[in-house]
Amino acid sequence: MINLEIPKKYKPLAIQANQVATEVFRPISRKYDEAEHAYPKELDMLASLIDGMNEGSDLGGAGAAGVRRSSNGSDPGENRNGSNLSTVLGIIELCWGDVGLLLSMPRQGLGNSAIASVATEEQLERYGGRWAAMAITEPEAGSDSAAIRTTAERDGDEYVLDGEKIFVTSGDRADLIVVWATLDRSKGRAAIKSFIVERDNPGLKLDRLEHKLGIRASDTANFILQDCRVPKEALLGDPEVKEKGFAGVMETFDNTRPLVAAMAVGVTRAALEETRRQLASAGVEVDYDTPALSQSAAAARFLEMEADYEAAWLLTLQAAWMADNSKPNSLQASMAKAKAGRTCVDVTLGCVELCGAVGLGESELLEKWARDSKILDIFEGTQQIQLLIVARQLLGKSSAELR
Amino acid sequence: MTTTIDTDKGVAERAMGIGLRGLNWLAGSDLLDRIRIRKGVERALFQGTKQGFRTATVAGRTFKAAQQLGKPARQSRSRSKGLFDLTPDDEQAMFQEAGRAFAAEKIRPAAKAADDERVTPPEILAQATELGVAMLGVPAELGGVMEEGAATAATLIGEALAHGDMGIAYAALAPGAVATAIGLWGSAEQEATYLPSFTGEDVPAAALAMIEPRPLFDPLALKTTARRDGGDWVLDGAKSLVARATQCELFLVAAEAEGVGPALFVVESGTKGLAIEDEPAMGLRPAATGRLILEGARVPATAILGDGARSDYLECVARARIAWSSLAVGTAGAVLDYVIPYVNERQAFGEPISNRQGVAFGVSDIGIEANGMRLATYRAASRADRGDDFAREAAIARRLCAEKGMKIGSDGVQLLGGHGFVKEHPVERWYRDLRSAGVMEGALLV
Repeated sequence: MINLEIPKKYKPLAIQANQVATEVFRPISRKYDEAEHAYPKELDMLASLIDGMNEGSDLGGAGAAGVRRSSNGSDPGENRNGSNLSTVLGIIELCWGDVGLLLSMPRQGLGNSAIASVATEEQLERYGGRWAAMAITEPEAGSDSAAIRTTAERDGDEYVLDGEKIFVTSGDRADLIVVWATLDRSKGRAAIKSFIVERDNPGLKLDRLEHKLGIRASDTANFILQDCRVPKEALLGDPEVKEKGFAGVMETFDNTRPLVAAMAVGVTRAALEETRRQLASAGVEVDYDTPALSQSAAAARFLEMEADYEAAWLLTLQAAWMADNSKPNSLQASMAKAKAGRTCVDVTLGCVELCGAVGLGESELLEKWARDSKILDIFEGTQQIQLLIVARQLLGKSSAELR
Repeated sequence: MTTTIDTDKGVAERAMGIGLRGLNWLAGSDLLDRIRIRKGVERALFQGTKQGFRTATVAGRTFKAAQQLGKPARQSRSRSKGLFDLTPDDEQAMFQEAGRAFAAEKIRPAAKAADDERVTPPEILAQATELGVAMLGVPAELGGVMEEGAATAATLIGEALAHGDMGIAYAALAPGAVATAIGLWGSAEQEATYLPSFTGEDVPAAALAMIEPRPLFDPLALKTTARRDGGDWVLDGAKSLVARATQCELFLVAAEAEGVGPALFVVESGTKGLAIEDEPAMGLRPAATGRLILEGARVPATAILGDGARSDYLECVARARIAWSSLAVGTAGAVLDYVIPYVNERQAFGEPISNRQGVAFGVSDIGIEANGMRLATYRAASRADRGDDFAREAAIARRLCAEKGMKIGSDGVQLLGGHGFVKEHPVERWYRDLRSAGVMEGALLV
């Protein structure tokens, strides 16, 4: 039966996550926006708490618990609300608090998600429980991740990595970096593999930390890999060079895109809630019975933004629900990411405009959210990449036909 | 008139019977032939009404209370398990599938002529009745087919039929809005008097008349008034874009009632003081829209729907917005399904135009926004079925469908370029209809 309400069983999770957002994130939100590159030590205790909760709870942080599609023996026709949905719900609440701080949560990195998703049992044992960042982007390869130039050469029982990686979230703070490199540049995407590199590997040199528009609580590192030697067991997944291998890597993004969409939804909601309060103090209440155009321009604008928020939120839930029910969701995951990413930017900027000087000023967090939001329409696949994925699927086109 | 209800059968069996009936006649029948024969007759009728500037309402049947229950019957709230779920249940899926098949095989092929001639073939209306669209909101005790979940079912049907054609969907679904309103808010006597007509085969043309001909129409600030006179109500005002107005036997008229506020009034077409003016519009043309004029229309004290509660009226406004959203979702889906093969086949600069991002991204945006519109509309409808407050969700669905729906209509034409502007392709019609869906108030209900 069609029902788009959040089930009761997730209420405690949402409340718990909202309390973390309210009590831990919000009070230090401005502090670490200003103190860029300072480590938010307040998160250590929280991270331990979440490690504990991950054992028996759905509060999966930023989805670092991974996105393995496990069959749990239940009736395949039965509707399921599982970890994809609960993770999305948790992320929305936490990012309502602060998206930069969520990205800084120890042991909750994208690298952890990759390890949890594709690692072998031995690798899980060896690397589990440690903080892992993800290094994909290079100066000359952003959205076109198949064009990466970092090489991995087999040398006896080791691989030798050489190249340059930029925009590594939590790169300075993490214990491990999952590095994408090619075994053979002439073989294209099939030869791209990911390698787990210890942060203290002497061949991995921190080049610099970026100064950014937003999510300043989260460190963004650039690395040089020079004769960086890792054991052959550090290669994640299948060492064979075959076309499907890369597809498998990209498929993990089907599962992480809804998580980034959820981040955008959380920030959007934060801005809308604050703006609703600000408008109310100015005597503007949004009325859902009266037509938008018969209300004040501010109320009508708010309603328009709230409608976009609702669409983004529902698209995100849809993508997560499909994953929980083992339905292919690549199309819906990209739809959610595209809609949530652009909505987050439009709404946070719109909220600043509606609130005027209060929106712009640093006494409130509205201006911060309007800076944080922009990255959410860029990382994990830009708006344009999402539109490309959506278009290829809707039109039935290959990446050679629609480039 | 009398109508029979299969009282021996349970609600589920009745519902199943209707769905199967719908699917059955689609499989093979002489329907197409019959449509061709009777179309001429209908066209003649239409020309007759078009010539006079103002016509009287039809005489209409006499509605008489059948056996009356002590208190009004109501549909139950849905017994969902509470989990997030985007899969329709069996009953909803059956209506959805029957609606889709009907839309693809009967409505779409008839849409262009219906738009040109401003008339929906009576066969199509009869077939829609066979699908049970007029009685979705009728409580099971009074012969309805749905015990619960009717708003969602109505939403799925609205979407399915509007994928065929929005104007035909409007014509076909309009009578059901009156039945739904009476089933939701009517008194026991009103239910006993009017609902039996909607569960039989000879469903009367009927209309929920709310929107008025003026800019910035607000359903909470009606210009149509109902003043008390002796024991009666006397109605004055004008109601716009009423589906098949000249054929309607029953109206539910929204009016500002003296001492009550905005409320709905049951007005039979034989009432003195009613007139119809033809009101052709940009879209929804197969619904043969007309303007209902009320000049000193006197109805009894019992004509106010239910007890005239403001909350009922607000709920009516919100349910209508969900219904129009469902139609916008259906037509937006039609645009998407039409432009995909077009841009894949259309060649320019030596390759399909869909190989270009400027074109392809337009298709992506239609897909994304149509999906968002659909989910928001489903959410509003499912909240209505659960008995949760849904004014916010209805307002949001309406906002998305008015704005994104229109954008989709416009982009549908744009992607076909000059070909989109000519009537050889349906996108120009969808452009006109999608503007209409974002403007309408009242008229349809889920």
